[in-house]
Amino acid sequence: MIHLTLFLVFGAICVAGAVNLLVQRHPINSALSLIAVLASLAVEYLLLGAEFVAAVQVIVYAGAIMVLFVFTIMLLNAGEEERTRGSRVAMVIGIPSLLIGGVLLAWVLVRHSGTEAVLAGALPGSPENVAWMLFHEFLLPFEVTSVLILIAIMGAVVLAARPEATSTGPGKES
Amino acid sequence: MVPLSYYLILGGILFACGVCGFLIRRNIITIFMSIELMLNGVNLTFVAFAAHWQRLSGQIFVFFVMVVAAAEAAVGLAIIISVYRTRETLNVDQVNLLKL
Repeated sequence: MIHLTLFLVFGAICVAGAVNLLVQRHPINSALSLIAVLASLAVEYLLLGAEFVAAVQVIVYAGAIMVLFVFTIMLLNAGEEERTRGSRVAMVIGIPSLLIGGVLLAWVLVRHSGTEAVLAGALPGSPENVAWMLFHEFLLPFEVTSVLILIAIMGAVVLAARPEATSTGPGKES
Repeated sequence: MVPLSYYLILGGILFACGVCGFLIRRNIITIFMSIELMLNGVNLTFVAFAAHWQRLSGQIFVFFVMVVAAAEAAVGLAIIISVYRTRETLNVDQVNLLKL
């Protein structure tokens, strides 16, 4: 019962934050509501017994990635986005397909909704178990992701560096 | 106990919100945040199915998705900075030329 209550409360916060991300005009407001979504998703992970994933969600997602977003918004001095008139294609194709998709989804949910309950904490997702699997079965993908991160860091530095700063490297005189 | 379908519905709602934001927003940073929202909806279904099938590999995949999301955020925001530097706008409607 307590699990269902927690799920409903934090799920409501999740959905409210996601909708708020859509309707806010200023990007910084969208970023802050995205942080609310990510933090309440961490609680949902805890309810599912995924302790390691919940911790990483808070540290990496709500911490590092969102700091990067907020820094970029402040660096570029992003203002409110201007309104544009809706395109005709959206009216002709978008709204009917949205209706069709919604009806299909509702039909599937009504007809095939399962009632199997997920046992909270039944699966041990502690850092110890996750690390055991990560460094045995998934060792090669783990090492490959470290190379990926290295390439991403170098790409970000190259892309974001000022053009005059890159042209005056130390090896220019030779 | 919470039924599995509730988690899947929540993940689906988050993914749908991300798709809507990707399609209707004009600010390139907000579009990028919508992509992060979609990734999180998928992550929630991964963890829910991991708990349902009692397989830990779902959580490992969430870890890898987070690593890819971090790399994507770093490179994408660097691209956004360089786009802003050359065009002085964040509106995707005005970014319509491959080369200036």
